[in-house]
Amino acid sequence: MKYEQEIRIGILLDDSVELTLKEICHTCHVSADVVLDLVDAGILDPVNSERGEWWFSGHAIERIERALNLQRDLDINLAGVALVLDLLDEIEHLRERVQILEIE
Amino acid sequence: MEYKDYYKIMGVQRDASQDDIKRAYRKLARKYHPDVSKEADAEERFKELGEAYEVLKDPQKRQAYDQLGRDWKHGQQFRPPPDWASGFDFSGGGFTQADASQFSDFFESLFGGFRSDYSTHRGGFRARGEDLHARLRISLEEAYHGTTREVSLNLPADSDHGSRRQQQRTLKVRVPKGIKRGQRIRLAGEGGRGFGAGAPPGDLYLEVDFEPHHLFQCEGQDIFLNVPVAPWEAALGAEISVPTLGGEVDMKVPPGSQSGHKLRLKKRGLPGNLAGDQIVTLRIETPPAVTKAAREAYQHLAEAVPFNPRERLATSK
Repeated sequence: MKYEQEIRIGILLDDSVELTLKEICHTCHVSADVVLDLVDAGILDPVNSERGEWWFSGHAIERIERALNLQRDLDINLAGVALVLDLLDEIEHLRERVQILEIE
Repeated sequence: MEYKDYYKIMGVQRDASQDDIKRAYRKLARKYHPDVSKEADAEERFKELGEAYEVLKDPQKRQAYDQLGRDWKHGQQFRPPPDWASGFDFSGGGFTQADASQFSDFFESLFGGFRSDYSTHRGGFRARGEDLHARLRISLEEAYHGTTREVSLNLPADSDHGSRRQQQRTLKVRVPKGIKRGQRIRLAGEGGRGFGAGAPPGDLYLEVDFEPHHLFQCEGQDIFLNVPVAPWEAALGAEISVPTLGGEVDMKVPPGSQSGHKLRLKKRGLPGNLAGDQIVTLRIETPPAVTKAAREAYQHLAEAVPFNPRERLATSK
């Protein structure tokens, strides 16, 4: 086993990370068309910058990957993917609530 | 290597029609999709399913697989017969949506020799390494303070002969304080190696999950805790101390508190630009009336304080 002592410092992909369209395409290895389709489907919510460009949060990277995985693996269209992602977010939130309520 | 029973994995009979196989795949894919399922082994199951479907959906591969016979048991030690695959041509079938690099040695030994993709490094072929995803389970304390964790990865590594092996690699990774459940850390260039000269490596994504905590629950950046109080503390008010992730803090219980009342300790949750709060739920616990003195005290209270806790229920007693 190769052991590497050096400590790696990554980027935390939270909402404080801002990515341009070009950066997010590069990071996710997708074309701008794919990102535009996801924005149209309401799966991604870019913020308009002052210069009229789009900014995406770090969270969008995960969103793109999950959307494309679901579309490919389960053969569903983007409207369906958008619904699945919204419902999954809601389930996640409810699971946390249930955990809290269960101990009360 | 171990024999894989693709029919068993897909839960279909050996004589299932191609339509049955497709239906079974769709159903199981929804169930075990790693982006949907919460089952612990979902990722493993989904990979296995993709591999099984890759073989069974293609009549040629399925026929070849069937020729191995039906006497093999799932998980049994397996070697392909020496004359394997003479007379079959898989090159046209191709590898479709599934990620063939994730398939088992068993699959590789049966169908891998016919691959036309990256396992053969010919004439200047280059491909970026694959992005890798791993889960990192940390404690709430580690999320609060930040930590450095070792992460072990099993990487597919290409040997010079084109066959694939798993290689383990251990990395030390900084986990910043205030990280939330589900957030991801991206380590650029720490993913799979590229194929071919000068091809860049992929990236590594670590998704954080929290271990269950014996005291605290977490929702977003807020921390939840149940705190027991005595009846007189709730009725008269009290100064108590409660644990938080950052250590013990003093808290005022206001007079007239009831069980279930929630008190908010500002910014005592997970740190960050928008630091979370700790939400304390009061639980009134009554001392048992086991001594004479305790029984008398309860008796005095009952006489001194007229109180019907079931008033809203309008019951007779």
